Amino acid sequence: MFAHSNSERLAAIALAIRVTAVIVATIGVAACEQSDTNDAHSNGERLHILIPGGAGGGWDTTARAVGEGLRRSGLVPAVSYENRSGGGGGVAIAHLIETGERQRNTIMVGSAALVVRSLNGLLPQGVGDLVPVASVVSDYGALVVRGDSPYQSYRAFVRASSLTPGSTMIAGGSVRGGMDHLVIQQVMLASGYAPDTVSYVAYDAGGQAMTSLLSGETQALSTGVSEVVSAHNQGQVRILAITAPKRLPELPGVPTFRELGVDALFANWRGFFGPPQMTQEERDRVAGLIAELVQRPEWEVQRSRLALTNFLLSGGDFERFLEENRLQMLQIVNSAREPLDGPKR
Amino acid sequence: MIDGILTGLEVAIRPVNLLLVSVGCFAGTIIGMLPGLGPVSAIALLVPVTYAFDPASALILLAGVYYGAVFGGSTSAILLNAPGVAGTVATTFDGYPLAQKGLPGKALAVAAYASFAGGTIAAVLLLLAAPALAVVSLSFQSPEYFALMVLGLISVTAFAGEDNAAKAGFMAVLGLMLGTVGTDRTDGVMRFTYGRLDLLDGISFLLLAMAAFALSEVLLSVLSGHSVSGNARRSALGSLRLKRKEVKQVAPAVGRSSLLGFFVGVLPGAGATIASFMGYSMERSIAKGEAQKEFGKGSLRGLAAPESANNAASSGSFVPLLTLGVPGSGTTAVMLGALISYGINPGPTLFVERPDVFWGVIVSMYIGNVVLLILNLPLIPYISRVLTLPSNVLAPLIVFFCLAGVFLVSFNTFDLYMMIGIGVIAVVLRLYRYPMAPMIVGFTLGGLLETNLRRSLVLYNDSFSFLWERPITLAILSATVLIAGIPLFRKAWRRAVVD
Repeated sequence: MFAHSNSERLAAIALAIRVTAVIVATIGVAACEQSDTNDAHSNGERLHILIPGGAGGGWDTTARAVGEGLRRSGLVPAVSYENRSGGGGGVAIAHLIETGERQRNTIMVGSAALVVRSLNGLLPQGVGDLVPVASVVSDYGALVVRGDSPYQSYRAFVRASSLTPGSTMIAGGSVRGGMDHLVIQQVMLASGYAPDTVSYVAYDAGGQAMTSLLSGETQALSTGVSEVVSAHNQGQVRILAITAPKRLPELPGVPTFRELGVDALFANWRGFFGPPQMTQEERDRVAGLIAELVQRPEWEVQRSRLALTNFLLSGGDFERFLEENRLQMLQIVNSAREPLDGPKR
Repeated sequence: MIDGILTGLEVAIRPVNLLLVSVGCFAGTIIGMLPGLGPVSAIALLVPVTYAFDPASALILLAGVYYGAVFGGSTSAILLNAPGVAGTVATTFDGYPLAQKGLPGKALAVAAYASFAGGTIAAVLLLLAAPALAVVSLSFQSPEYFALMVLGLISVTAFAGEDNAAKAGFMAVLGLMLGTVGTDRTDGVMRFTYGRLDLLDGISFLLLAMAAFALSEVLLSVLSGHSVSGNARRSALGSLRLKRKEVKQVAPAVGRSSLLGFFVGVLPGAGATIASFMGYSMERSIAKGEAQKEFGKGSLRGLAAPESANNAASSGSFVPLLTLGVPGSGTTAVMLGALISYGINPGPTLFVERPDVFWGVIVSMYIGNVVLLILNLPLIPYISRVLTLPSNVLAPLIVFFCLAGVFLVSFNTFDLYMMIGIGVIAVVLRLYRYPMAPMIVGFTLGGLLETNLRRSLVLYNDSFSFLWERPITLAILSATVLIAGIPLFRKAWRRAVVD
């Protein structure tokens, strides 16, 4: 290539070896979580959690909080994680179904978002193809306005918005037809208005939707309670109402939609699923572990970091809840597809 | 404010925090150098570790990883034409030609100085004005972001296609088209996925950049029989020295781009990538005559501008994070999640309630940049020796490095096939002299361009009136027309004069 002296060439090759060593070492570190997959079924006591999204997302933080809680409380000796993102969760679901035979101690974390995506026909295989193990925590939907907004209550907001349907812009961190959109449609329907009385504007994530509310681009925001508690307490924004069945301890002053006579309940649960081949016995064992965990003080530490509410449903209860939940959302999706003509009272 | 700075200084110079900022910067540099595990995942994996520290120390560590990665990201872009992070694409425009000319040491040194200056200027601006800048963060709405994306796209395409505007335009459109693959971010509709789950999330930036830049570069060099490492000569490799004249050229470029980059970074919908493109195109538009012709062929100014802009922008993105509690990027979104799990409430009251966190992090950024410079400068002579490797060792190493980087993010073999396919297509296109830069710019800006346009249309009831009704939008679009129009006008004028 060029005129090198011998020693220079040797030095260069030595450097190449060093560089390769560093690369290999780094890959080794990055891949070690991956390689845990293979050991997961060798020991009956271990637990392997498949995460359908990347590090740092909602699924990831939930899975790691639960795993850490299980490990710290001594319920499970070791927990490994595997981030397999892609296809809005579809890649991980397909992977779990495909390899379920040898994934005996593997569970996958999931949430209401996966059900919504299935309803919209975005996933070839949904959580319906997996075995529901248990739900752990839940977030609730919140309707939010700016701190200096003229609307002090949900009633005032909805009355003003319904006068000129479509003129009030509401931001959300999901696509049209996604979770944040469904929640506001459900609220509108339950209040006796057309689902699109307020115009939904889609943002890539809850944070961006929040920015648009603060900058005045939109007048309201549909998002998870946990994302706005801090901003509400600082007076940046005001939560008008939430879709929880009863008031939350961290927000004693914020009413639920139910209290306001609006029958809108929505829980964005996070829970775990097993492969289709999971036996009843295994399912009961893992569900039992999670039910036990929620009682432990170690879990309280993890839960407070997630800033979510406990929402424990195991085995059959979880399965029944999922089915009810799916039918309820299907109803909203269907009524939104055939929009009513103007506001009906 | 003086109180704040003193509080921050007191926090930042605690031994544990000095140690953490150094560790963070070092880890960040390594993560930035190796394409693949980007700062987002690295920080997310670090969060559980940080529960052991108090919140200020934890954020100091995470922030160090973040701007360290932006700092280190330039290395592979300059040496191997492999931009591992979107913010370093513009660095390849002049950094790679410089390294190929046999000046990798100088290129890395300029990048390091420019990054240092960008990060430091941004840290000073944060110290002086962070709470007040919250207003700036909220001054841009969807129409303004749409205009900003148009500006970025047009200005880069306009100069990349000096020789052949049609080819550059074609490649920019190709990039926009590739950007539409996957689930659409407004309606959730699947586009061009052909029923494949692997395409549902679209094509990843890392994959496209590695394939179109690094992989095609290696394949081309194998085809043409040239060395992958260019004209690197041992004598010049380690030389970090800049001539006085060169410093005089670079310094103003660094100052301008740092300021620009910082303000772009403060906007939560923009970020380091757009800042680097804008820094580059601004510097190129300002340059006159010979200096302008240098751009794209190894101009020091063309390298310094995007490097200072992207570092300034990554520090600038802490304004919306700390003062409003809204994330501007994937990385700051993870940091926001971390802060909340520490029990800290980022937002307008943070600097009153937790001055140690707020000011401590900002002061530590200043220290972090010094650490990065001290850490990186002595490494340059060694790192640039990579280019002295014989081609038959270096070429397979680069291929391995690219494929491994992409695979380790997705663990999906489909990505590898797609990457090789794109690499081969890129080689064919490059043989016909189609530039790659406009494609990658179209790809990175396309998604934001589309979502902001569609959002603006929803907000304005399907009317385009936002284009002229909003002063900032109008100003940005006018600037775009000027930037795109002036070269054409000049050409026409020259032709008229000659005739």
